[in-house]
Amino acid sequence: MKYLKNLLGWVDERFPLIETWEFHLSKYYAPKNFNFWYFFGSLALLVLVIQIVSGIFLTMSYKPDALIAFASVEYIMRDVQSGWLIRYIHSTGASMFFIVVYLHMFRGMIYGSYRKPRELLWIIGVVIYLALMAEAFMGYLLPWGQMSFWGAQVIVNLFSSVPFVGNELSVLIRGDFVISDATLNRFFALHVIAIPLLLAGIVFVHLVALHAVGSNNPDGIEIKKNKDANGIPLDGIPFFPFIVVKDIVAVVLFLIVFCAIVFFAPDMGGYFIEANNFVPANPMQTPAHIAPVWYFTPYYAILRAVPPMFGSQFPGVIAMGVAAIAVVFLPWLDRGPVKSIRYRGPIYKAFMASFVVSFIGLGYLGLMPVTPTYTLISQVLSVVYFAFFILMPWYTKIDKCKPEPDRLTFK
Amino acid sequence: MTDNVDRSKRRLLLAATSAAGGVAAAGMATPFVLSFMPSERAKAAGAPVEVDISAIEPGTMKVVEWQGKPVWIVRRTQEMLDLLAKHDGDLTDPAGNIPQQPDYCNNPNRSIKPEIFVVIGICTHLGCSPSYRPEVAPADLGADWGGGWFCPCHGSRFDLSARVYKGSPAPTNLIVPPHQYLSDTTLLIGDDKKMGAA
Repeated sequence: MKYLKNLLGWVDERFPLIETWEFHLSKYYAPKNFNFWYFFGSLALLVLVIQIVSGIFLTMSYKPDALIAFASVEYIMRDVQSGWLIRYIHSTGASMFFIVVYLHMFRGMIYGSYRKPRELLWIIGVVIYLALMAEAFMGYLLPWGQMSFWGAQVIVNLFSSVPFVGNELSVLIRGDFVISDATLNRFFALHVIAIPLLLAGIVFVHLVALHAVGSNNPDGIEIKKNKDANGIPLDGIPFFPFIVVKDIVAVVLFLIVFCAIVFFAPDMGGYFIEANNFVPANPMQTPAHIAPVWYFTPYYAILRAVPPMFGSQFPGVIAMGVAAIAVVFLPWLDRGPVKSIRYRGPIYKAFMASFVVSFIGLGYLGLMPVTPTYTLISQVLSVVYFAFFILMPWYTKIDKCKPEPDRLTFK
Repeated sequence: MTDNVDRSKRRLLLAATSAAGGVAAAGMATPFVLSFMPSERAKAAGAPVEVDISAIEPGTMKVVEWQGKPVWIVRRTQEMLDLLAKHDGDLTDPAGNIPQQPDYCNNPNRSIKPEIFVVIGICTHLGCSPSYRPEVAPADLGADWGGGWFCPCHGSRFDLSARVYKGSPAPTNLIVPPHQYLSDTTLLIGDDKKMGAA
């Protein structure tokens, strides 16, 4: 023990170990009224680690070559010892990442975590979300199945609808005039090195920003306003051990669900791994029904809902892109006197409910084939989706809010 | 000590160094951006393709690969050709005003020979390959369907000259590639020197 202490002293003279530990964990004070919604930040970090570790091992057996990529994935599934398990962990992790991140973002929305002073924290989070979408999209090409190929074909063609430079832009992305070996190879490089590196960096920055401003909480009031004589927030508890222990419970529950999916329903009935992706990519034939993986379908439904204008599908692409980044504007759209949904009035709650319905509804419609009825419903839900953002400065202002308490409500 | 500092000289040197560094950075970025462009091999892969069309039965379609894309060759029947003239009002661009075909195919059938139709099978919306649906009025496509292509991705509809129907997400007709006949039964896709058109 004495030696250990000496070692710690030796290190601490040369590296701010204890200072870092205290600043970020043992003396980082989090609000004591965290609830269920506050699990998903830590869980997102856990899934990131799962994806990086399982991804490294997949890379050891995968071959990013259009001729053998599909076969190398089958090799992982059949011949590599426990390869099937590692691949299913990675594919399940991708979908779970989005489930966790969507819930994490929703938490931020309902409790007003994007409001001052957390605007930058929120923006960094949106950047993480966009990087995650790019990561997932490029990873989905790698198995080189039919859905990989045609999904990439459609998404890359979104860029070719950009006026004037679209065609050159899509050629630059593909590195060829069609989705080909060149595209597969570069998506592999971006999926395995570039974007994970970027993700790790911005996740770190996200945490630095969080620990500078402190966590929001379900009451949406600042715990730093009420401090004791030592400058410690009266309603705060140290992150370590209290919040860590709470998060461990979430981790255990999460891993139970995660393992259940990995072992009993790895393709989740075609939602996590689509059936057509068990067919090798065929550039001559599109499958009879194609849809993106579930986490992209709300935006995909918006894309399909917008008709072409002026002989171009660019307006639909713009609508899709704006829908995906709309949340970044929330800090400036929200004019409400309170942050948390607990003290908001009925108008905000109605708009929030309609937003949730539109997001889930669009997600469902994005999975369905095109019919005139579905297109009409998609168009209505797209309007609802955008109305939530566009009308926000108005309805948050006129809403009848309840007074915020001075201290956290805590039983 | 600050009195002895020539601030304007410092600013100048800082600006000059930054500018030189910026130029160097841009120069260094060039090879990396260039490596993202199609390689010489990818550019060379667009060679013309010769196709024997003698075995295509009337009303059926053959798919060949050209520049990595599917090219459809359909031998249309007289009934199919007759139907094509009857729904101009339902089409976005029935006369082919948007140049999606070589000049020698800018005619009502969008082809050199009326019965043989050649087109790139990539939807002008987002690049899926539509399905060939030659049958008239099938249950899923409705009573107005006179044969053509249906895109499963986003529901675009095309007639048997690959002209897009109004209300489809695809903005334009499918692209007719440059092509020419080497003999009565052999097509060359990707080359049209004999046609004398650009």
